[in-house]
Amino acid sequence: MSTPLLSVRGLKIGATIYPPDAKPHDIEIVHGVDFEVEAGKVLGLIGESGAGKSTIGLAAMAYGRGGVKLTGGEVFVNGRDVLQSSRSDIRKLRGAEVTYVSQSAAASFNPAKKIMEQVIEAAVSQGKFSKADAEARAIDLFRKLDLPEPETIGNRFPHQVSGGQLQRCMTVLALCPEPDLVVFDEPTTALDVTTQIDVLKAIKEAIRDTGVAALYITHDLAVVAQVSDHIMVLRQGEMVEYGTADQIINQPKEEYTKALVSVRSINHVEKKPEGEPLLRVENITARYRGTKFDVLKNINVELHEGQTLAVVGESGSGKSTLARVITGLLPAKEGHVHFAGRDLSPDLASRSGDDLRELQMIYQMADTAMNPRQTVGTIIGRPIEFYFGLKGAEKQKRVKELLDEIEMGDGFIDRYPAELSGGQKQRVCIARALAAKPKLIICDEVTSALDPLVADGILKLLLDLQKIEDVAYLFITHDIATVRAIADSIAVMYQGEVARYGGKTDVLSPPFDDYTDLLLSSVPEMKLGWLESVIATRKMTSGGN
Amino acid sequence: MHPILKLVAQRLALGILLLFAASALIFGLTEILPGDAAQAQLGQTATPENLANLREEMGLNRPALTRYTEWVGGMMTGDMGNALSNKLPIGEQIGKRMSATLFLAFWAALISVPFAILLGLLAVRYLNRWPDKLISGVTLASISLPEFMLAYILIFIFSVTLGWAPSFANIPPGMPLLEKLHSISLPIAVLTMVVLAHMMRMTRAAILNVMQSAYIETAELKGLSTFEVIRKHAFPNAIAPIVNVVMINLAYLVVGVVVVEAVFAYPGMGQYLVDAVVKRDVPVVLTSGVIFSAIYIILNMVADIVSILSNPRLRHPK
Repeated sequence: MSTPLLSVRGLKIGATIYPPDAKPHDIEIVHGVDFEVEAGKVLGLIGESGAGKSTIGLAAMAYGRGGVKLTGGEVFVNGRDVLQSSRSDIRKLRGAEVTYVSQSAAASFNPAKKIMEQVIEAAVSQGKFSKADAEARAIDLFRKLDLPEPETIGNRFPHQVSGGQLQRCMTVLALCPEPDLVVFDEPTTALDVTTQIDVLKAIKEAIRDTGVAALYITHDLAVVAQVSDHIMVLRQGEMVEYGTADQIINQPKEEYTKALVSVRSINHVEKKPEGEPLLRVENITARYRGTKFDVLKNINVELHEGQTLAVVGESGSGKSTLARVITGLLPAKEGHVHFAGRDLSPDLASRSGDDLRELQMIYQMADTAMNPRQTVGTIIGRPIEFYFGLKGAEKQKRVKELLDEIEMGDGFIDRYPAELSGGQKQRVCIARALAAKPKLIICDEVTSALDPLVADGILKLLLDLQKIEDVAYLFITHDIATVRAIADSIAVMYQGEVARYGGKTDVLSPPFDDYTDLLLSSVPEMKLGWLESVIATRKMTSGGN
Repeated sequence: MHPILKLVAQRLALGILLLFAASALIFGLTEILPGDAAQAQLGQTATPENLANLREEMGLNRPALTRYTEWVGGMMTGDMGNALSNKLPIGEQIGKRMSATLFLAFWAALISVPFAILLGLLAVRYLNRWPDKLISGVTLASISLPEFMLAYILIFIFSVTLGWAPSFANIPPGMPLLEKLHSISLPIAVLTMVVLAHMMRMTRAAILNVMQSAYIETAELKGLSTFEVIRKHAFPNAIAPIVNVVMINLAYLVVGVVVVEAVFAYPGMGQYLVDAVVKRDVPVVLTSGVIFSAIYIILNMVADIVSILSNPRLRHPK
């Protein structure tokens, strides 16, 4: 057997952490990982956040992000141990032999420079191609990745192309120097599902056509199944399982892998609407101040007590704006919001205390939705005191009840948000919303920032709480799997309008309108060859991305 | 109309408005001050009669509003009027003084701005290592000393002890450029030391802020050297804040030289203005004040325009 392109042996990675009330100390975040990538092959690295996948990927370029240090083991690229190489040798490796595609191309392109300049920079400065040759190569790659106007797109600035296009430009940037290995770090995670599928296809074809090897890092097993030859499952800096893509997807051996493959185990039976709806959104049209464009056009939806309406759509479809209109943050231009038998004033300032109390919100970023200097007890206690005037022991009692309801227990009462995991933070936000005894909670992408297994737990909790508290959810999400798990009725939004609306079973059953078909068919499925089959059968392609 | 032209037009209009406000404010303040030009001129020898006569002669008996509008009217037609104290035309005086001050400020800026930015870049390149600490330490020390202290220290070392540079900065007309520069070398050094720290620290901070961006990581992963990363990727995105602080310091170089000019007996605007205040020569104070305000306003406008030009999102809308 020939020497592999990339060979990692016993890789250990550490970092220095600075806890708030202790001395800084070193921790190990990757505990000895071994793997190999052969020329022209794709290895998928998969795991939840904190598994060390990005850190391991960047180690192939001898790069430690932030304070991360490569503390042990060997990383051979083309037979040379890059961890023992000099700084100038490492520079010659980066951007020439190994290149990198990051999660957010929007942040990874320099806003002050034209795309072409950035795409060819590594190839030219590493002396692999002349400027003219590199440009010709880039244009060729722009064409290969289905970018519009391949001859001239390089003259644009990053802000002048869409997110999906920029992500493909980043792939061109990585392929332009003709590297031996590309590290793809969650390259489609930040994209809408209908855009993701096109970028995924472009990346897959580019890998196939150029014969480059790749490390493909993602938390989404269904995505990695489409592009990888082999898959390595990581958890907390250790390898859990390694195998061919087929074996990992179809015959996982380890329990953890099985859990990842079969995530979203919730089987929620749709509840039928009965009687008067709790929330009725009537003919709502809205626009942002100073603009001449309606972001919501004539929206009509209903939500019954104790039920869940999922509002699903891509970024920019108006889902969050609808939440802003209902909560009164953005007064509607036309239309009414009926809630619990009364008309809500369009403007937040003129709503009554009960209007505010009965309508609560939970946000995507639990981190930024809590004051980092308040304890969990203070955070949950505030609405109890504010709305019900409870103080002292009574307030404490209620806080403890709520902590029990979110399955956290009163040991957390004196903890600060920074001491909680992502899932626990979101649970505290849920408890804070429940503390007001609301009739309706608007959940805005509450599971989008969480790992699949953690998100699953949050959804289960929300469903359980709905049974106990009889609270209704308006659940905003872009994720169809979440919708299937939790919704009673669904509104599919597209460019500010409701494209499809009804009970869950009806909305998710054919015949579909073109947009819903595109949306549903774009969700990656956990089977090999799904990408090719869906591309072949699609009716509509995503607009302009 | 192009958005940048529109912005310039808006800022110019606002600038003119601000100049009016500034002149009114300066006039109001000089009115509040006890005493007037007549009293300042006569001093101890003043008797009520000759005081009244001199006031009559200087036109100080007329209402404040009349005097102010007269001055504004003169300015609008380009006539700055005559000084109260010595009857000399203000325009001519200011022309001479201003060119001296601008000469000094120009050379101080030419040396301090590139030097400050270079030091800022070096500080980032060697972040938290000894060059960074040395640069920060020395520049902060020099900004912390009062200007006159710095000036006297330099005079002591370079004029008195070493005899390399004159302690008396004089640039008579017809002096060759090199001699002029030699003559003002110490004031230039003092001014440079005073403005250096502010600009250098801001350059360092602005670039460090940009260095946190994801595109810096992209550049590092392209195998560029640290200095290339800073020069090609960080600096272009840090221009806006740097230009702002540079402009404030340029304005300071022109306006804030009063002390330095006094120490080196340099015949610039600073001394002229101080003299005029002592003599309560309101038209001179007003005219100088408005010129200083105009310099501030114009430099700030330039800073804003450069900030906009350095941002491709504003230069090339979608």
